[in-house]
Amino acid sequence: MPELGKYATEVLSAYGITLLLMLALLVQTLRRGAKARAALRQAEQETARHGKN
Amino acid sequence: MSLWKYANPVKFLALSARVQPFAWAAAALGILIGLGWGFFGTPDDFRQGSTIKIIYIHVPAAWIAINAWIMMLIASLIWLVRRHHVSALAAKAAAPVGLVMTVIGLVTGAVWGQPMWGTWWAWDPRLTSFLILFLFYLGYIALWEAVEDPDTAADLTSVLCLVGSVFALMSRYAVLFWSQGLHQGATLSLDKEENISDVFWQPLVLSIAGFTLLFLALVLYRTGTEIALRRTRALNVRLDKAV
Repeated sequence: MPELGKYATEVLSAYGITLLLMLALLVQTLRRGAKARAALRQAEQETARHGKN
Repeated sequence: MSLWKYANPVKFLALSARVQPFAWAAAALGILIGLGWGFFGTPDDFRQGSTIKIIYIHVPAAWIAINAWIMMLIASLIWLVRRHHVSALAAKAAAPVGLVMTVIGLVTGAVWGQPMWGTWWAWDPRLTSFLILFLFYLGYIALWEAVEDPDTAADLTSVLCLVGSVFALMSRYAVLFWSQGLHQGATLSLDKEENISDVFWQPLVLSIAGFTLLFLALVLYRTGTEIALRRTRALNVRLDKAV
């Protein structure tokens, strides 16, 4: 850990908030993406089933 | 080879699938090495002390916040002129990424400004236009959610994007033509006198590259999500009609 001196709180909080926000964006992106792709697969299967009947 | 062939969602998704693994890996490498080098491997600045380390997140985040809007502007213009759905969906996909980067830019700027300027916030031209850009991001995302018909939403958000571009450009250039305010000039410059010292410059450029590649990876993945949602909606409409 580098010596941050009297500005340690500012530097660490800036990095902490950034990592937190970027992690939240990444998780939201992947969860929404997985949900959307699952819904598409289901709709495609239903369409295919409907086409056969 | 024409660029317009990627307006076809199938071709766009195929290209995106090929590019994404490299984009994700290079983004992770760029960010890890850039931030790690900047945080652990650079000295304090003689005036700013250790707060100089905030530059490695603040500048890349602000860079993406502004350029994400420019990317959205280009995609919106393509939608308005050529009516390619993929471009409208790419603009929609980029907005939340730009919003988060704008928040990071604002927050890290305030955290740095408090000890250096003695204030969290000042109504400085660059800061103010950046705050307005943040409000435009919110408005843009809200407008996409508020309008039910996707083509109408794409039209309206594209017009909003054109208007917001004024503030995206202003938050980049306000410091040049408004000779007042607290915010300093460009951190990176081709002029050797203006540019920051190499010891800070090298990790900063790596970090900017990492953030840019992360933006690319996120937008490609999120555009894929928007295409999936659009196709699901179309299939469900067809199923409803068939039942």
